[in-house]
Amino acid sequence: MRANLQWLVILTVIALAAQGLTQVLPPYFGQLLILACINAILAVSLNLVNGLSGQFSLGQAGFMAVGAYTAASLNVFGLGFLHGTPLGDQAALLLSLLAAAIASGFVGYLVGLPTLRLRGDYLAIVTLGFGEIIRVIILNIQAVGGARGFISIPNSTSAFLVVFLLSAFVLLTHRFVMASQGRALLAIRENEIAAEAMGVDTTTYKVGAFVVSSAVAGVAGGLFAHYLSYINPSSFDFMKSVEIVIMVVLGGMGSVSGAILAAFILTFLPEALRPLQDWTHVDLRMVIYSFLLIVMMLVRPQGMLGRREIWELFKPRSPQ
Amino acid sequence: MLNHSEQRKSVLEAENITLSFGGLVAVDRFSMVLREGELAGLIGPNGAGKTTVFNMLSAIYRPQSGDVRVMDHSILGLKPHQVLRRGLVRTFQNIRLFKDLTVEKNIQVAFHHANPYGFAAALVHTDHYFDIEKHYAERTEELMNVLELGHRRGALAGALPYGDQKKLEIARALATGAKILLLDEPAAGMNPQESLWLMRMIEKVRDQFKLSVLLIEHDMKVVMGICEKIYVMDHGVRIAEGTPQQIQKDPRVIEAYLGMRNKK
Ligand SMILES: Nc1ncnc2c1ncn2[C@@H]1O[C@H](COP(=O)(O)OP(=O)(O)O)[C@@H](O)[C@H]1O
Ligand SMILES: [Mg+2]
Repeated sequence: MRANLQWLVILTVIALAAQGLTQVLPPYFGQLLILACINAILAVSLNLVNGLSGQFSLGQAGFMAVGAYTAASLNVFGLGFLHGTPLGDQAALLLSLLAAAIASGFVGYLVGLPTLRLRGDYLAIVTLGFGEIIRVIILNIQAVGGARGFISIPNSTSAFLVVFLLSAFVLLTHRFVMASQGRALLAIRENEIAAEAMGVDTTTYKVGAFVVSSAVAGVAGGLFAHYLSYINPSSFDFMKSVEIVIMVVLGGMGSVSGAILAAFILTFLPEALRPLQDWTHVDLRMVIYSFLLIVMMLVRPQGMLGRREIWELFKPRSPQ
Repeated sequence: MLNHSEQRKSVLEAENITLSFGGLVAVDRFSMVLREGELAGLIGPNGAGKTTVFNMLSAIYRPQSGDVRVMDHSILGLKPHQVLRRGLVRTFQNIRLFKDLTVEKNIQVAFHHANPYGFAAALVHTDHYFDIEKHYAERTEELMNVLELGHRRGALAGALPYGDQKKLEIARALATGAKILLLDEPAAGMNPQESLWLMRMIEKVRDQFKLSVLLIEHDMKVVMGICEKIYVMDHGVRIAEGTPQQIQKDPRVIEAYLGMRNKK
């Protein structure tokens, strides 16, 4: 238990360091850093389903959208009385993020329960459809701006909070994987029939992982909304879901650190190549994604890190 | 006296279970009783329906008619994980290990159904969590020793040689703590020496863990030495039941096995 306090200190120091970094770096880099961390949270959330439970979800942007719009609506329409002081702004943000997690988790439950009870890969199709349905629904809600987008959201997301939450999710995912509950989930990925026969309630675990994954994606959406202070439905389209899937695949399905690494690469690379894009007038993002995926599938189909974590690369391999 | 098998309490009963796939009746009104502490065999040529019987006993398939009772309670409508909690565990003929997990973790998955610490305890690392994990590590060690897998603890299950994979499946089944053990062709693919070792080991764990064991085998010779009671199946039907001596002399059994040999 004492280790928790140490970890709290470590996470705080990392988050403070990130906050400091954004103060000294040019604003443009600070912005990219925060967006990369939000993408990393999304990748970590999807890894729970696509990497650890062995299902395939294709609608993470939909859950991000539910979280973004829930958090923004609550903060703008319901928590105005808290605004004004830095402390009040942060309290309003945290409450909004909590609401985002609950709303996205609940929607995840509604989508996941009927789907994950069935054997086979229905999840990909259902989540793909769900992502589009959510987008169209939001497009038609005028109270949150419809197609014009939702404006004037308080921009209270800080580098500190984003990095703190990302590190906390990584730590908690790691602890989960090392515990009995995590082993049960991995067993489902490895062999669902055997997991069930060994006493794992596979349906509950698959649905549970999906709900938690949706909730975390919702938090990422809330952070995103409160960072840009403007969101519109097209920020959460199918391409965004694909981008998150690619991060998990490139990093190595099941590797948390791999997903984060890939999130950073995929956020920074298009920016690094922006001069080339300005010169050619072609949106290079899709070209890069396709290129990276093809190279990866040819050279290293298991992803950059496979199922291992960065910290495991420095340990000697266990004896065979 | 408890040593006479018919007086021991029955732990598993199948009553006229039937299952067909399309037009093919894979198992036709099959009945059997497994008694406490018994080591029984289910034999028959390939395709006789033995694995399908196991799939019904472990609730992977639901019989189209008939009933399965574990400790006197019907398991119809339960899921396999619920049947495990009633005390029945099985292994698979076509090995189903968690290939990308280590030998240790394969075994530890089987502790999960009775895991006493909660999700929150796992995330905040309570003392209780560490105590239980330490206990799991010790039990894993014991089971690896019983099956002679200690030198493989860190290896991925999928990278083990075939014989060790079979042993790991048994270790994992034992780890669940279930007292009714169904083994689907545990000796398949082993040479005579290895299968002899395995049969001795099965007897040993039956006594050590106080199990009731039902064993599938298509080679009659392997089970003759250790089973107290044998059921013989052919074409989905139970054609004989009795002690090894009775079975060996039964003309229907001889014909089923000879018939198979003639076909080859
Ligand atoms: N899932 C299934 N679908 C269709 N036919 C099956 C299925 N499982 C088994 N069978 C058929 O049922 C019969 C019995 O198979 P099985 O129980 O595996 O025999 P055994 O284990 O005695 O070798 C075989 O003819 C087999 O082809
Ligand atoms: Mg079989």
